[in-house]
Amino acid sequence: MLTDFLILMKQELIITVIIFILLLLKIGKELTNEQVINIANVLLLLNLAGGIFFNRQGTLFSGMFQTNALIVLEKNILSLGTLIISLQSTSWLKKHAHVSEFYILLLSTLLGMFFMISSGNLLMFYVGLELSSIPLAAMANFDLGKKQSSEAAMKFIISSAFASGLLLFGISMVYGATGTLTFSEIAAHLNGAPLQVFAFVLLLAGFGFKISVVPFHLWTADVYEGAPVAVTSYLSVISKGSVLFVFISVLYTVFKPMAASWYNMLFLLSVVTILVGNLFAIRQNNIKRFLAFSSIAQIGFILVGITGSSQMAVASVIYFVLIYVFSNLAAFGVVALVSAVTGREQVSDYKGFYKTNPVLSWVLTIALFSLAGVPPTAGFFGKFFLLMSGAGQGNYILISIAALNMIISFYYYLRIVKAIFMDANDQPIERLTIPAYSRLALYICVAGIIVTGVLGHVYDYIHSLSFGF
Amino acid sequence: MSLSLLIILPFVTALLVLFSKGLPQVRAIALGGSVVQLVLAFALLVLYWQARSAGDHSLMLFEQNYTWFAPLNIHFHTGVDGISIAMILLTAFVTIAGILVSWSMEKLNKEFFFLLLLLSMGAYGFFISLDLFTMFFFLEVAVIPKFLLIGIWGSGKKEYSAMKLALMLMGGSALVFVALAGIYFNTTTADGTHTFDLMQIAQMHIPIAVQKLFFPFAFIGFGIFTALFPFHTWVPDGHSSAPTAASMFLAGISMKLGGYGCLRVATFLMPEAAHAYSTIIIVLATIAIIYGAFATMMQTDLKYINAYSSVSHCGFVLLGIGMLTKTAITGAVMQMVSHGLMTALFFAAIGMLYDRTHTRQVEKLGGLLKIMPFISTVFVIAGLCSLGLPGLSGFVAEMTVFMGSWQNPDTIYRVATILACASIVVTAVYILRAMGKVIMGPLLVDSGGSASHGAGNLTVDAGWNEKVAAAILIIGILAIGMAPFWLNELISADAGVIMSKILNRF
Repeated sequence: MLTDFLILMKQELIITVIIFILLLLKIGKELTNEQVINIANVLLLLNLAGGIFFNRQGTLFSGMFQTNALIVLEKNILSLGTLIISLQSTSWLKKHAHVSEFYILLLSTLLGMFFMISSGNLLMFYVGLELSSIPLAAMANFDLGKKQSSEAAMKFIISSAFASGLLLFGISMVYGATGTLTFSEIAAHLNGAPLQVFAFVLLLAGFGFKISVVPFHLWTADVYEGAPVAVTSYLSVISKGSVLFVFISVLYTVFKPMAASWYNMLFLLSVVTILVGNLFAIRQNNIKRFLAFSSIAQIGFILVGITGSSQMAVASVIYFVLIYVFSNLAAFGVVALVSAVTGREQVSDYKGFYKTNPVLSWVLTIALFSLAGVPPTAGFFGKFFLLMSGAGQGNYILISIAALNMIISFYYYLRIVKAIFMDANDQPIERLTIPAYSRLALYICVAGIIVTGVLGHVYDYIHSLSFGF
Repeated sequence: MSLSLLIILPFVTALLVLFSKGLPQVRAIALGGSVVQLVLAFALLVLYWQARSAGDHSLMLFEQNYTWFAPLNIHFHTGVDGISIAMILLTAFVTIAGILVSWSMEKLNKEFFFLLLLLSMGAYGFFISLDLFTMFFFLEVAVIPKFLLIGIWGSGKKEYSAMKLALMLMGGSALVFVALAGIYFNTTTADGTHTFDLMQIAQMHIPIAVQKLFFPFAFIGFGIFTALFPFHTWVPDGHSSAPTAASMFLAGISMKLGGYGCLRVATFLMPEAAHAYSTIIIVLATIAIIYGAFATMMQTDLKYINAYSSVSHCGFVLLGIGMLTKTAITGAVMQMVSHGLMTALFFAAIGMLYDRTHTRQVEKLGGLLKIMPFISTVFVIAGLCSLGLPGLSGFVAEMTVFMGSWQNPDTIYRVATILACASIVVTAVYILRAMGKVIMGPLLVDSGGSASHGAGNLTVDAGWNEKVAAAILIIGILAIGMAPFWLNELISADAGVIMSKILNRF
């Protein structure tokens, strides 16, 4: 029993231990920021390494907690992303007065996400979700001197409280309709009665808030703009990724009997999300807002994949999130570096960027190409498989809309590329020295963008794990 | 011979370029790589002939098949037939010529050659792919370098043109994607999965309703690449804003990706739909031919003249495909090769003229034969090839298209053929007018009064690199024009395969 506990909950336990180590370090003797950052990075690396070995599948606490190879993989993707973000934000954290607090909050949210992904019960899921979103609000407020940052935190906490309220309402409806909260038992009681559909709509709205599906996206751009870049990238990649992982498993296992009714909902939501994300992204001048809207559009594409409801759809969504981790973090890594050194965050500031910073320009360009879905970057494969799994349902209207929206998204990504390479600028961003940690993070991302796509093994591996849906 | 070499070689060359220093080293590596490409292309041709004469009648030769994404049954499947070899030869010719004419590219030279080589890799990959996914992959690989080439090294309203080109071509590939998805989910292999494999799909029977739904997606999608009316608007802007080598690549190679795709994917895999829609294709192609020719008459910029005439000439490709006779399809492929060589030569000549005179306006130039005999001669050869002078490749290709078109007895096909033939007269008008004004008559160079490039520049005729580039392309044009049988034989057998698939269904 104890060994079961230790092995199945291994990843959560490691994170808890790390949090305590950091806490004790904070209480103990005074460490410089750099030392804390070094220690934290090593610990995060150990966390990632720990997730790779000695994995088993099973359940704990009478089905409250479950794990299997796919869930471990999802957690590893999140750990990897967190490590990359930590590496990228060194130049920002070095100047900050509360580094260990930042890491403690960061790891608490990660712990919450892990519990959420492993949950086998709606209550467990809810607790995990709350643990993952409340510390995030504190993190959004981490640019202590900036008004915008606290505004972002406020907006985030209010909207996420509202979303949690909806979720709870939905959960209580589910309980009322089925008499159980355990995932494996709910499905047997669902038959598409109006009350159940209503409960599902509430749950969907709650999920929609977390992954910023239109029309629940209104908080996204403001929070992304106000929060520190490290937190923005965490929100857009890790937080969304974790909710997506849970969303597909809840949708495909718990609400499987109601597939006919949620297919149309997702169809509508995905079309609206892609369109609104794309059209708003065109007009943005702040690069963080721009990435916010582009990430909304990306979620729309993911929803197209989710409508597929097949093994391929599960694999494609997880694969896409992995690619999204690399591509979005590469883009945010460059933005974070520029923002930390110069404080400039406008798209127009990037004009003539190639003349002064060729390496960073190429990294940003590759990342944007990957987000746009241009081969040979991984984004191409990710989008292709997402849309293919959506097409598996035979709804070619949806696929045509999504494919044509690729053109719009292509336009605004190319706008940035154009600014970098083609536009003249009197005051380009000066030549930046890239700190070793950021450099490492960018290399990991670029390698990920190139390798994850072209090598078929990654997708094969994910696909081989995504059975049972 | 391993076909993957055709992808690996440009890729390795591009990487080497990226890690080299200084213009001399960069261009030497790029040239070396493209010479090997040309050698490989010829080796492929010889091996193909040997295999065929040894009695190998399989549809595709030198096939290689690796699993890429097993869950979706995606393979890296390559192989060539006569049509693809013709296109590979064209790509090799244009690549080496394009690298030679950009010999003195100063601005960001490393990136420039890198992107050119990447573009040629995309083209080779596309032409050798026998898997729809791989094909789509390489089709898109060939889009982005064009955006950067035009946007960074172009002239005029380059950002606008680059964006327009990239978005329209992406639109084309989005349509192609929908068609691919539609085809994929309507195939069933022996073990119950779907497949992207071109040769396997060709053996299957896709339901006619499905074909009719997805044929327009595939044909218009690829058609955008090859200036299908009314989606041709990127052609004039893109070509005229691009730097010389990029114009050559665009018109010479990447417009051919579309024609090849229309033939190999749309028509070959969906024959019933091709038959059903052929009238519409014919009408659109005829409009493109006539409209392109008349629009060219109104142009005053040499690059615009060639760009609009490309719309007209690529109309012949689509006309040939739409006619659905063996001769017409052979002619369409010959026209692709011929137009690729001719238009690359034309753009090279315009680029050389522009380097010296700094203007491309017809009315500001005159009598250049007196001071630049070599370049002017090249210009004349390209022009005559464009208007279809016998002995040059344009005549052979257009003649084959017309012959094949006339085999189709319906009234509308006949009318279209007559109209297309008539456009040759218009072509002659605009080509001869431009030739006469620029080459003959009193010497005139009015580069807008900019003193920075004085007249000393003018007296320099073509350098060795420009001469070699022009010579390579002219050899290609003459080899087709004087002795068309080898190309005809290379193509017609495989055009016959495509046609017999269509005929079998009726």
